[in-house]
Amino acid sequence: MHGVYTVFRKELSDHFSGYRFIILFALIAMLSLIIVYMAGMGLREQLEGMVKPKFVFLMLFTTPGAIFSLVQFVAFFGPLIGLVLGFDSINRERATGTLSKLLSQPIYRDSVINGKFLAGVVTIAIMLTSIVLLISGLGLLILGVVPGVEEVLRLVFYLIISIFYISFWLGVAILFSVLFRGIATSALASVALWIFFSFFVPLGADIIANAFIPVDKETSTIERVIKHAQLQRAISLSSPMTLYSDSTGVIIDPLRKTTRPLILMGAMERISMKRFEGPLPLEQSLLIVFPHITTLLALTFLCFGITYVIFMLQEIRSA
Amino acid sequence: MEGKPIIETRELTKVYDSTVAVDHLNLTVYEGEVFGFLGPNGAGKTTTILMLLGLTQPTSGTANVCGFNPVREAIRVKRLVGYLPEHLGFYDDMTAVENLQYVARLNRISDKLAAERIEEALKIVGLSDEAEKKVAAYSRGMRQRLGIAEVLIKEPRLCILDEPTLGLDPEGANRMIELIQDLSRRKGMTILFSSHHLGQVQKISDRIGIMIEGKMVAVGTIEELAREKLGVDRKEYTLEELYMKYFQEE
Repeated sequence: MHGVYTVFRKELSDHFSGYRFIILFALIAMLSLIIVYMAGMGLREQLEGMVKPKFVFLMLFTTPGAIFSLVQFVAFFGPLIGLVLGFDSINRERATGTLSKLLSQPIYRDSVINGKFLAGVVTIAIMLTSIVLLISGLGLLILGVVPGVEEVLRLVFYLIISIFYISFWLGVAILFSVLFRGIATSALASVALWIFFSFFVPLGADIIANAFIPVDKETSTIERVIKHAQLQRAISLSSPMTLYSDSTGVIIDPLRKTTRPLILMGAMERISMKRFEGPLPLEQSLLIVFPHITTLLALTFLCFGITYVIFMLQEIRSA
Repeated sequence: MEGKPIIETRELTKVYDSTVAVDHLNLTVYEGEVFGFLGPNGAGKTTTILMLLGLTQPTSGTANVCGFNPVREAIRVKRLVGYLPEHLGFYDDMTAVENLQYVARLNRISDKLAAERIEEALKIVGLSDEAEKKVAAYSRGMRQRLGIAEVLIKEPRLCILDEPTLGLDPEGANRMIELIQDLSRRKGMTILFSSHHLGQVQKISDRIGIMIEGKMVAVGTIEELAREKLGVDRKEYTLEELYMKYFQEE
């Protein structure tokens, strides 16, 4: 543990003193403040003269400001935080020769990778928490509404899931930095994977589903349409981004009762949607997205596990 | 010989894919001596060193360093052995002192004790005036000496120096050699170092080993090797003659 702590401390201070962190933080803070500001102004206009809805505060996060809502923004661009923090963590040390120095000290080899991963996770957590706090402050100013206990709790869960989601991408970045010797290669590989999961899979899911189960509006039977939708959903669920946006969408919006599209809902689900239009309690929201969260967590650990095994077996030559 | 063995390898072998990097190596280094490790590039010196430190797993054979097996008890070996890698690296955006502090912490040396040792080590290697400079501003020679300081703060029983004079100008190389000699004499450390500067090796080594293509072709004091190989007792032979003789035969 001592080795992990020492590496962790050094990495954390590196993160916070580096330009990389400052630029990243400034960029994310700026964009999210703009998005929330626009969303807030829009909300204020819409709610003029109306009775206050129950969860106004959370609407800040789900209302699209210009193009994106904040939740969507983090789903798309949050991974970049993880990637930027991790893409050169091992191969830079290898290139400068500090890796063999580190490993010739009396620490376990896994301490290096554990310390680096932990430092990244803590950096991500601090970054996200402060941004959510900033946004909430801005929200208070614009809306003049104080969030209730449940809203705060929902935000806390949103934060936790977001931290895991971005940590998954940190894990991916560290994995590539172990796999590839070149820093540019690992950066490119992680960005490529990000683009693949964030843009290609959600868009490509429909195309692939069409290829296997073609549907057209006039002739297709309902069963066929449902099969098509099922396949499309299965494919898009392979992307961590879908897992993340589905789960945070439900957590942040108490009125959403399912992650499924309308066509895939069962009969009972539809009846209950009609009968109970009120918001869900937090536990129920959590229950709906529990599988999503578990999968996201599992992916993060799987990715870290692979990195761990590869790193432990790798030859450490100084050149 | 003098003292008890501090490094002992038995049939140590490392095979990379199909090439044999180290071929059934039997090497003994005794406590307190300066052992010069010679051989052309690619002879397997660095691989041997990495196996002694537990940084690479041997394909077969065993090693014993300071009484421990580097494969199973790598941490214990690393606690007692200071290693200067061939391409040594530092965190360029940290100062010399910060770099050394990090290593001290990794070695579980308390900050207070580390501060004393760092000051002393920097004095020994002659970097006290540059202690607060970022390592990025260091010259090659200064980095090399900082590497020695890094080894010193561990107060190791055994120092393994891989090409400590690599890339140094003649003056810097001489300083480095004197430094190594000084460590051995004053601190009584056992030193195993590899180098291509034959004259310098001759100057400070108690014994030398010549490794060619993964095999140790000769081990002993220079006088012993000269008698055996050149068949002479004349005093004016150089290590270079001796080395070339072995090299041509292989």
